[in-house]
Amino acid sequence: MGTESVTEKANVNPASALMVAGLLLLISSGGVFGWLRQARELRLDPPGVSDLDRFRLMQNGISGTPPESYFALGKVYESDAYNLSQGKRLYSWFGCAACHADGRGGIGPSFLDGWWLYGPEMVSIVASIRDGRPHGMPAFRDKMTIEQIWQLAGYVQTIGSYTPKVAAPSRNDDKHTRPAENRGPAKILFDEGPAGVHADQGPSP
Amino acid sequence: MRTARPLLLSVIIAVAPGCSGNQSALNPHGAPAIHVEHLIIGTVAACTAVWILVMVILGLALLRRRRAAADSAKSEARLTMTVVAAVVATGVIIAGLTIASFYTTRSIGGPESAALTITVRGQQWWWQIFYASSGATPGFQTANEIHIPLGEDVNIRLESADVIHSFWVPSLAGKQDLVPGRSNSLLLRAEKPGVYRGQCAEFCGLQHSHMAIVVIAEAPVDYERWAAAQRGDAMVPADPDAAAGQAAFLAKPCAACHTVRGTPANGTTGPDLTHIGARQTIGAGLLETTRGSLAAWIADPQTLKPGNNMPMVPLTSVELQNISAYMESLK
Amino acid sequence: MTREDDSELRDTALEATELDRRLTATWATPPGLWGALSTVDHKIIGRRYITTAVVFLALGGLLSLLMRLQLAQPEARFIGPDRYNQIFSIHGTNMMFLFAVPVMQAMAVYLVPLMVGTRSIAFPRLNAFSYWMYLAGGLLLWIAFMLDAGPDVGWFAYVPLSGPEYAAGKRADIWAQMITFTEVSALAVAVEIVVTVFKQRAPGMSLDRIPLFVWSMLVTSFLVILAMPAIMIASTALILDRLVETHFFNPAEGGDVLLWQHLFWFFGHPEVYIIFLPAVGMVSTIVATFTRRPVFGYLGMVMALISTGVLALGLWVHHMFVAGLPRLGESFFTASSMAIAIPAGLQIFCWLATIWAGRPIFKTPFLFVIGFMVIFVIGGLTGVMVASVPFDTQVHDTYFVVAHFHYVLVGGAVFPLLGAIYYWFPKFTGRMMSETLGRWVFGLIFAGFNLTFFPMHILGLRGMPRRIYTYQPEMPWSGLNMLISLSAIILAVGFLLFFIDAIRSGRSGAPAPSNPWGASTLEWATSSPPPPYNFARTPVVGSLEPLSDNPDMLPVAAGLRVDCRELLVTSVVEAIPEAREPSSGDSIWPLWAALATTATLIWSIFTPWAVVWGSIPVAIALIGWFWPKGTSEDDS
Repeated sequence: MGTESVTEKANVNPASALMVAGLLLLISSGGVFGWLRQARELRLDPPGVSDLDRFRLMQNGISGTPPESYFALGKVYESDAYNLSQGKRLYSWFGCAACHADGRGGIGPSFLDGWWLYGPEMVSIVASIRDGRPHGMPAFRDKMTIEQIWQLAGYVQTIGSYTPKVAAPSRNDDKHTRPAENRGPAKILFDEGPAGVHADQGPSP
Repeated sequence: MRTARPLLLSVIIAVAPGCSGNQSALNPHGAPAIHVEHLIIGTVAACTAVWILVMVILGLALLRRRRAAADSAKSEARLTMTVVAAVVATGVIIAGLTIASFYTTRSIGGPESAALTITVRGQQWWWQIFYASSGATPGFQTANEIHIPLGEDVNIRLESADVIHSFWVPSLAGKQDLVPGRSNSLLLRAEKPGVYRGQCAEFCGLQHSHMAIVVIAEAPVDYERWAAAQRGDAMVPADPDAAAGQAAFLAKPCAACHTVRGTPANGTTGPDLTHIGARQTIGAGLLETTRGSLAAWIADPQTLKPGNNMPMVPLTSVELQNISAYMESLK
Repeated sequence: MTREDDSELRDTALEATELDRRLTATWATPPGLWGALSTVDHKIIGRRYITTAVVFLALGGLLSLLMRLQLAQPEARFIGPDRYNQIFSIHGTNMMFLFAVPVMQAMAVYLVPLMVGTRSIAFPRLNAFSYWMYLAGGLLLWIAFMLDAGPDVGWFAYVPLSGPEYAAGKRADIWAQMITFTEVSALAVAVEIVVTVFKQRAPGMSLDRIPLFVWSMLVTSFLVILAMPAIMIASTALILDRLVETHFFNPAEGGDVLLWQHLFWFFGHPEVYIIFLPAVGMVSTIVATFTRRPVFGYLGMVMALISTGVLALGLWVHHMFVAGLPRLGESFFTASSMAIAIPAGLQIFCWLATIWAGRPIFKTPFLFVIGFMVIFVIGGLTGVMVASVPFDTQVHDTYFVVAHFHYVLVGGAVFPLLGAIYYWFPKFTGRMMSETLGRWVFGLIFAGFNLTFFPMHILGLRGMPRRIYTYQPEMPWSGLNMLISLSAIILAVGFLLFFIDAIRSGRSGAPAPSNPWGASTLEWATSSPPPPYNFARTPVVGSLEPLSDNPDMLPVAAGLRVDCRELLVTSVVEAIPEAREPSSGDSIWPLWAALATTATLIWSIFTPWAVVWGSIPVAIALIGWFWPKGTSEDDS
């Protein structure tokens, strides 16, 4: 009996030991990587922030070149869940809903109709918020910091996105008026009506 | 226990500046907290006695000298009797503690009879405070600091704007949660004038650690004087620095989030700053209100309280000085 | 068991050596990686389970050291709030879901079949599956932490903080889905234990002859089955709220944030007893062995176990005393929470009586039991304190509660567990652990634990809330916090020494005899470590202490087949033999099923369609798993 149990031990132990060792190695090496990886950026250095102001816009105010630091940060304002959700909070704090409602528009244009008056690029949206646009869009230059404007712009872009982003925020703890951002509301609502939400919109994207 | 002395010392040191105040369930100055302290002392004493008794028996059982061959049937019977008696005794103690607990709850009572109602709205990570209007006297809003008249029942209505927080000023009363979609209430009644510090006690996100509140209990006359001052609009800055600070405040993003009554600044996202200079602390108990700490906070809120919702607004050093002067002047 | 069938080879026909050879051929796990991945041997899986859980214990312990580093000084800046919130959330989640519950169940997976004298656990493939699921859930949590996507909402993840609006990213989803993994595995093990205990006990082991550890695992398993579905529903509802905009917890649409707390604590409170009751069984076993007499008041102990289990389901609201519930309801839960002290007290008194009447031998396992008594009684008494509503309003969510539940969980479960590891290590590995090191381990852990956690009571009463990543210098807490952080080092050294001892002894400890402690339960009737088939012939039990009645000669039952895996099924109450039941052989399919389920569950954090498409590979794996092998049931 004894001999068998020893062979059994000898046969199985290396394999399980290997697994345990592998597990340990995986976890500890991952731990090191995780530690080195940057955590949520709660505070940007002031020079980095002021660089966010230095984007160049095309002559017609549509599209342009984002600042260097935007790429250096890894385009976080489009793709990072924390920044997008901050953007969502800014959307309500700064009264965007007064004109744009839940994103479907009112006094101001809708974000869900597949129709971007100045194009869907981040730079255009940032410029629209920062500097304002004709026909009633006020400039928020003196109301928000530039970092907040980028966060808000990322969120606005997300509402009107046709492919739901994984990082997009979900619903609010409020009344349910339209699908949440992570469901791709623009896509869902675009598909809804035969006429399209926007009068002069083209074919479905 | 060895640390009791230095601890006591540090208590005294901490209380001395007057801004941190008391924050201890063992140092109660409010009627509900006093009742609870009696219960705490009684229960801890009873439980300590039980623990010592059990440990003595354990020690004896482990170390007693054993007779060679005990009369097993007889000793088993005796053991059974002892165990049954111990279980009965446990039941009696438990029943006693339960009854004591019920009576404490009853003697604390509810806030139904209170004349003054103050609404506290939890925000990530500060306290928004509303004093209701009564008759002709208008209500007002403040933040992170409550004043209450001494010896009067005060009803604190607890609401939340976002996640669950918990209002806890241990020297005055036990805690109560602020639950979104619900409204709770809590009775406060200070028996001694003083500054009582409290802190959010339900984990509420990044800056749960820096979400303190100060309750100031003062004689009814002082309270009325304070309330009258709070109802008024903000002071018009007399000093040129402060006047320049006001202009900068209104021109910069500050005014988009903060209200200063009597000026065009009417933002509602951040705390009402109408009388910030009169408050003991800024940043929800983070720093004592001085011109220096105001400047430090405005210059870099994300270093002092990472993750809070106040952005770092780019300001020149002159603007920063002026705005701090303006803030300080808002008594 | 007397029926003979010439066409099949039965154990009655063979003499010992030949029987041993043939049984080994039938039951042994084949060598190599494939064998390791496809084994269903409950001893191999149990050992693997225990090792993994202890690895998670070590990792969780490292996190707590990081927290103590940060809290040693006021306004320290070693760790920012975002990382700190992840660290304490993962520490709690890891210790509760990846260490405490699994390690207790793992001990049962290894020991219960041996203690009831059967050849394997019921549903051995489900057992393999449950381990893989558990491993996958643990990896999910830890890999997420490494990728800076670790949950940051606390181990009870209160909505709305963990809800769609306030918890950005996938952190809370990872927490919620990790719950699903560990609950699936816990439920699977619970079912196995219940069936093993009810239907596979050795002949003659009637209900009043079941060892107390087995009783405790039986009650625990029922608690798992009754309580865990609540948290699975809650965490699924949370994922649905976050992913597809349901409104379970949204007050604006008729949901309720307190619903989460009710569902969570309906599980969360029994969870404490799911961790504590197995420890009761371990303590009873160790006390009986090292006082050289049976535990005093067997019937009382069993009744206490069962009544604790029943009461455990009726006191969850004491976690919500400050949430603003009606006072009358709270008073009821005060009474029920206090009442649970009575069965707990009965257990303590029975152990004291056992020690009183017995002749204690102060070996390491017994030292841990003494440490358990000292610490757990404090934890129980502070539990009585927090059961009182007014008392709780002052200490709820403070360091007092942190101290309380560490006294209950570390004192009430980790101390017995360490004792149990010292006690059963010879059985698990065939080698003894070091007695000298064991005493050091006990001393360091006992001193370190008390120095670390006792001051937390005082901190809580002095107003320090839990879950804060720092505190201000003017608060009078820095002295005690520094003391706690320094003491934590002692505690950590104790655990380090324990790991060193375990690894060293596992490699080169003194060889263990079958029954090194002179214990009386059935697991000591077989070799150390046991052969793959546990017992060459099924033992027959005539009393509560089968090995003390007749240490040299254990009556056995025979008649099981040796050429295929077969075990004996007995009746629930009297354990009268009813049938011979085939036990399934090694299979790789549980691993595939676990991988397919893992893929589905993780994918479903990102899109609801994962549930639809992911069900296809799961179905394929299950078809492979249950594909009929053509061996007919053979009842007799």
